[in-house]
Amino acid sequence: MSLLEMKNVYKTYGDLNALDDVSINIEAGEWVAIMGPSGSGKSTAMNIIGCMDKPTSGQVLLDGQDISKLSRRELTEIRRDKIGLIFQQFHLISYLTAVENVMVAQYYHSLPDEAEAMEALERVGLADRAKHLPSQLSGGEQQRVCVARALINHPEIILADEPTGNLDEKNERIVLDLFRQLHAEGTTLVVVTHDAEVGATAQRVITLEYGKVTSEDGDISFGKGSSAIK
Amino acid sequence: MFFRMIRGMLTRQTGKMAMIAFTIALGASLATAMLAVMFDVSDKVNQELKTYGSNITVVPKESSVISDLYEVDGQADITKAYLREDELGKIKTIFWTFNIVDFAPMLDARMTVNGTEAPVVGSWFNHHLDLPTGEQLDAGITSMRSWWEIVDGRWLDEAKSGDDQRVMLGHNLAEKLGVGAGDTISIKGSASSGSYEVAGVFDAGGDEDDQLFAPLDLVQELSDTDGKLSSIEVSALTTPDDETSRQAAKDPSKLTIAQYETWYCTAYASSICYQIQEVITDSVASPVRQVADAEGAILDKTELLMVLITILALLGSALGISNLVTASVMERGQEIGLLKAIGATDRAISGLVLTEIVCVAIVGGIVGFGVGLGFAQIIGQTVFGSSIALKPMVVPLVVVLVIAVTLLGSISAIRTALRLDPVEVLHDR
Repeated sequence: MSLLEMKNVYKTYGDLNALDDVSINIEAGEWVAIMGPSGSGKSTAMNIIGCMDKPTSGQVLLDGQDISKLSRRELTEIRRDKIGLIFQQFHLISYLTAVENVMVAQYYHSLPDEAEAMEALERVGLADRAKHLPSQLSGGEQQRVCVARALINHPEIILADEPTGNLDEKNERIVLDLFRQLHAEGTTLVVVTHDAEVGATAQRVITLEYGKVTSEDGDISFGKGSSAIK
Repeated sequence: MFFRMIRGMLTRQTGKMAMIAFTIALGASLATAMLAVMFDVSDKVNQELKTYGSNITVVPKESSVISDLYEVDGQADITKAYLREDELGKIKTIFWTFNIVDFAPMLDARMTVNGTEAPVVGSWFNHHLDLPTGEQLDAGITSMRSWWEIVDGRWLDEAKSGDDQRVMLGHNLAEKLGVGAGDTISIKGSASSGSYEVAGVFDAGGDEDDQLFAPLDLVQELSDTDGKLSSIEVSALTTPDDETSRQAAKDPSKLTIAQYETWYCTAYASSICYQIQEVITDSVASPVRQVADAEGAILDKTELLMVLITILALLGSALGISNLVTASVMERGQEIGLLKAIGATDRAISGLVLTEIVCVAIVGGIVGFGVGLGFAQIIGQTVFGSSIALKPMVVPLVVVLVIAVTLLGSISAIRTALRLDPVEVLHDR
């Protein structure tokens, strides 16, 4: 059974079909890039996969559970328990330190545990910057805090929206290396990007155009736990 | 974690938080000042209303019947009926004792003054009373006739030695007799006579200008009416009459038990009169209707005005809070959107925003309360010329009002926070 399954999903805004009969399967442990030009519907797809939006019609199964008909509150619970979000703009809370930013996700999930949050920061190589405020961190460091925050509650799927969009080449490499490492450890990664280089690092690329899936490249035979990178 | 976030939110937006605290402080200070004055205003207005004289007159039952029958002012010299002086203190033992602001006994007599017959009134001027309840009171006409203008000399004062043998004259009588303050006059009553010094001459602007006022004991001695009184003037704080009180004034026994209880336990002039009659033997107490009504109405209107000012101040405060907190929430839209995205429920978001406002409200409320007490004292000094005593009731009331206003002001901000769509704010839409 797929970890995530979108079946004939439509999302319409007035007359516009942002998603037009989209069907996607993502297996556990897979690293998938969703690509497409601006307006292709990739952000809409990400919002639906991330339980931040609901499809107009069609089915979205996450871990076998149909999330397309859930209430706002139930979607919040799914986001909290099963999804780790990484944003292009990082969205760190400016008045909290790096470790506190990680702990916020713990707070809304279960209980804040500073030691565990420190471990997560260590995993992204930022243990020594734990007490710094976001304004004292570089863009790459902020994005790594964002990754640590996404990881802290052991989500089933990590959803990254243009994760390198605001980073320079060096930091882009660091973040992508981090993704490779996570993938190697068996984490399911869905990366939404318009950057072909970032897309190329994924195991499989799903391309959207005008709200439709136009291609699905890649070898999904890399199973869970595979460290092979395309 | 929660408090780290609250602390962070508060310290990050110090300017806005200070504005919110200031708005709350403003509302709280006005509410505190108005409530403090309102709860203490009865006493203050009492002091003021004392200047308008008595509003209840107590006469012997017999005089009252005569006056009702013949429509004349029933006085002792017509009926020779008297009230008992030893019962005077009982007036301050009735249920509405705290509404009895002042009272003065009156003993009317006609005597020969320097060979001329003149009306003489025995009364208290500034008489110190130790009541059976342990309360102390200075009662008498000095405060109940505060409009009298002393044209020569001074007021009599029982506390001054020798004043028990001095008298005061209305200015018409003084002119007629050709005497002034410091002169000695002879008074001949039905029982005895003597010479007494004139302490002061007053202008009352009425019948009293033709009368001689002397200490009660002196008039009793001259007219051999020891321990007797013609009437008692009472200055009481009353509630304006309504249907029940008008019905009760005619005949309290016709009221239902519930109506009777309400009437007895409300400070209507008629219920205070009824209670005075209960403690003064063979007496009839009747309101000087216009004065009693006017006093009650003035107090009611003053209190209404203060309640309205309080409500308006608090509403203004709530509106201000609402705008400022909503603006603060909008400014933090991305942050709130992020919290929602990572799993904060509506309840968690509401709790966060509310806790933050409550923290600010506590600071604003405490500051406002302190400033309000200051305002109350300023009002007390400027309007009533005395300080305002803080009634304990004001504290919980202000706390409840500040909480209510803060919650009211937060509603729109919380709604805004809950309406924020994480998708929109996180994608900068």
